[in-house]
Amino acid sequence: MTVAATPLRILIGKVGLDGHDRGVKLVARALRDAGIEIIYTGLHQSPEQIVTTAIQEDVQAIGLSIHSGAHNSLFPRILGLLREQGAGDIVLFGGGIIPDEDVPRLKAAGVQMLFRPATPMHDIVEFVNGLRTER
Amino acid sequence: MNQVTAHRSFTHDAAELAKQVEAGEVRAVARVITWLENRDPTGAAVLTHVAPSLNRAFVIGITGYPGTGKSTLIDQLITAYRRLGQKVGVLAVDISSPVTGGAVLGDRIRMQRHTDDPQVYIRSMATRGHQGGLAAATQQAVRVLDAAGFGVILIETVGVGQSEVDIMRVAHTVVAVVAPGLGDDVQAMKAGLLEIADIVVVNKGDREGADTALRDLREWCKTVIRTVAVKGEGIAELIAVIAEHERWRDLDRPALHRRKGPSIDLGSRAG
Amino acid sequence: MSERKSRFTSLSGLDIERCYGPDHLKGWSAEQDLGQPGAFPYTRGCYPSMYRSRLWTMRQFAGFGSADDTNTRFKYLLDHGQTGLSVAFDLPTLMGLDSDDALARGEVGYCGVAVSSLADMERLFDGIPLDQVTTSMTINGPAAVLFAMYLAVAEKRGIPFDRLGGTIQNDILKEYIAQKEWLFPPEPHLALIVDSIAYCAAHVPKWHPISISGYHIREAGSTAIQELAFTLYNGLTYVEAAVKAGLEVDAFAPQLSFFFNVHNDFFEEIAKFRAARRLWAREMERRYHPRNPRSLQLRCHAQTAGCALTAQQPMNNVVRTTLQALAAVLGGTQSLHTNSMDETLALPTEEAVKLALRTQQIIAAESETVNSVDPLGGSYFVESLTNRLEEGALELFRKLDGLGGMVSAIERGFPQREILDASQRYQREIERQERSIVGVTEHREEDVRSIPILKIGPEVEQEQVARLSDLRKSRDPFKMAGSLEELQEMAACHQNLIPPLIEAVKAKATLGEICAALKEVYGTYREPVVL
Repeated sequence: MTVAATPLRILIGKVGLDGHDRGVKLVARALRDAGIEIIYTGLHQSPEQIVTTAIQEDVQAIGLSIHSGAHNSLFPRILGLLREQGAGDIVLFGGGIIPDEDVPRLKAAGVQMLFRPATPMHDIVEFVNGLRTER
Repeated sequence: MNQVTAHRSFTHDAAELAKQVEAGEVRAVARVITWLENRDPTGAAVLTHVAPSLNRAFVIGITGYPGTGKSTLIDQLITAYRRLGQKVGVLAVDISSPVTGGAVLGDRIRMQRHTDDPQVYIRSMATRGHQGGLAAATQQAVRVLDAAGFGVILIETVGVGQSEVDIMRVAHTVVAVVAPGLGDDVQAMKAGLLEIADIVVVNKGDREGADTALRDLREWCKTVIRTVAVKGEGIAELIAVIAEHERWRDLDRPALHRRKGPSIDLGSRAG
Repeated sequence: MSERKSRFTSLSGLDIERCYGPDHLKGWSAEQDLGQPGAFPYTRGCYPSMYRSRLWTMRQFAGFGSADDTNTRFKYLLDHGQTGLSVAFDLPTLMGLDSDDALARGEVGYCGVAVSSLADMERLFDGIPLDQVTTSMTINGPAAVLFAMYLAVAEKRGIPFDRLGGTIQNDILKEYIAQKEWLFPPEPHLALIVDSIAYCAAHVPKWHPISISGYHIREAGSTAIQELAFTLYNGLTYVEAAVKAGLEVDAFAPQLSFFFNVHNDFFEEIAKFRAARRLWAREMERRYHPRNPRSLQLRCHAQTAGCALTAQQPMNNVVRTTLQALAAVLGGTQSLHTNSMDETLALPTEEAVKLALRTQQIIAAESETVNSVDPLGGSYFVESLTNRLEEGALELFRKLDGLGGMVSAIERGFPQREILDASQRYQREIERQERSIVGVTEHREEDVRSIPILKIGPEVEQEQVARLSDLRKSRDPFKMAGSLEELQEMAACHQNLIPPLIEAVKAKATLGEICAALKEVYGTYREPVVL
């Protein structure tokens, strides 16, 4: 059996109201195929639901997809909630339709990585594997 | 790498952690379960510090084939037990890929509305190669939730093609869920599910074929309930027969092995 | 001579041979399978003379910000020669939520226009003659409510309903399958759709009460065959629901319309339109034997594929869109939206929208492709592809039948899983470099040249919230609450809801209030987990 002793646990989900879940499901499948445990929350999650889920599931990172244009509001709210609840060490990354000019501001706020559309899956897997930390 | 990856300043002091767990601190509960899953010795150490024979919580196993509506049924049971004032813990077990070890755990999608309720804790667990319908650490996770004061613990088993014997050991009451029209015939169920079930639920009970399924199953199991979980129908009755099963079960065995504690309200048959 | 690849496939994965000839059309008959334009089985087009009589309607989807912002854009497009309006609503509106709902925060006016009340709808169409334009509204879950608002605007202006032309998308099955914006469980949603169909048949005869959409199914990653099969099967599901509710097939089927995606594979897409018309005509004939030939005709709108656009080198998108638009025209579409080059980044700017509209105008005016009806008819390759798409769709029809119909298949996650698997296959083909995307997998450029994009400011949300607050203060609360109660009662006893919806919006009940009232009666839907 090739099962690693301690697989990474990552939350993957959709925040906000848009229903475009093609990308996020493909990412979930690719990460699973790379030996990672994915907690999939489904659509239409509020920032509060995402943060509570991440804490209950004790994930190393949260990966969110946003196609609605609400990234400038949703990502900062999630980062704020994580810090409020003493979980500021959980890494937040994302993807979707995010204009280049918004990226520096979101990264400065604490979003660790934002993947552009058409990013090769390999790059996302590599990034997530890089999050493996001793706990 | 970025400074953000600095790992959590989490104590590894088992006694201190046990206290946090017993105080119901979610982050401690979650982390101890992670360590137990990862076979980190700190997890086992914490368990030695929580009262070893707590066994206060009432543990209900929910098993059944995919597509029968297990998660939706659990979602409704959470609501029902919350109305009875119980703190509810859920362990949703799903299978790991035997090839890569990865997993996509999606059972909690159906239960996400309860994340706004601090008295509900939901945890997804991957089997990580363990056979028997649960993860290797599920039983220990039950002890953690018990110590954290969850009065009712619901366990959703893998429910695919494994002989699900583990759940008989871990749960006080085992509920098998079937749904009409999924093609799983009574013979197959008899061999697998029915022999471990205390209660059988025919979910999606408003569908064609539900009456036949109920009739057939009643020949094999004395407690068969019809539910329509998406509409909340039959849940009150299910709660009642679970409570009844619990009472009979305790009468059947020596006092030492009985579940301790509750006078917890598990509800009772209405009328 | 050795070939560049060991295997050539269509975008949907069909094997493509070196050259097509009579051997590929064994059993095919020009009389049975092709026919004449405007005649059964309509492979060549719905009308005998097609674009020689009338060009397709150039209908650019538009909507952003407040009702006033979008009203300005509509007037701009009409001034530049557009012939029909098409409204994009924002996500809160699509989900039946008011702009001041907690869940709407940060999303008001972003992906479309925010419409929470009759007053918003009036401002959206201010100064636009509703009896002279046709209006398409992309709205599904709360379609009946927005339709009631449109009718109420017309009523206020004294325009008779029989002079209104347009479409509401109103296709909930594809929401469960692909787009994921629903309000209620399938059963009450289907009942609401039948209500709109019945109401239009009786009172708004020129209105299309539903636009059965493959567009979003394709955007979710399906193949052309899946798009074709699921869309037409959805259409047959609606027809069956309406017939079961007691409607005569000829009373409503002529007003059904379809909406397809046009993706990159030029010939496969042309074949898809042809196969769609033939398959629809054959299935409708076989199942319902309508007397009116219009009940057999599949009329459609098409939109170029949003998912084919790239954020990298956005100018390339103009070229992609041109090829896709040409395929839609050669496929015989009745109306067309061409995407703007900047749409992967944000809402399109005025300049980008104009260029997209000009693309259609150039095809119509300069390419001379519009002179002959179905110019590719009889091509060995195109006819063979048309046959294979139809056969592939029929195979999926049989699977759906076996699962007990579309609603039951959706509840089991069947179409969702098929689409996700197809999407993953495509993704892997890209990653293995079996397929190329110019500017992304090859001919990449490192320096990113940005193009101007349209920004929506937070003031749109603030203004909407203020307007709603004023509205709630200014209305008669008893009249409003009474209208919602009436609506709930009629919903509970399965009456046609369009009349009470018109009354509710006139009593100034908001979209969110109306949808919440209906949820109390109908309940909500939770999707099956498909991963």
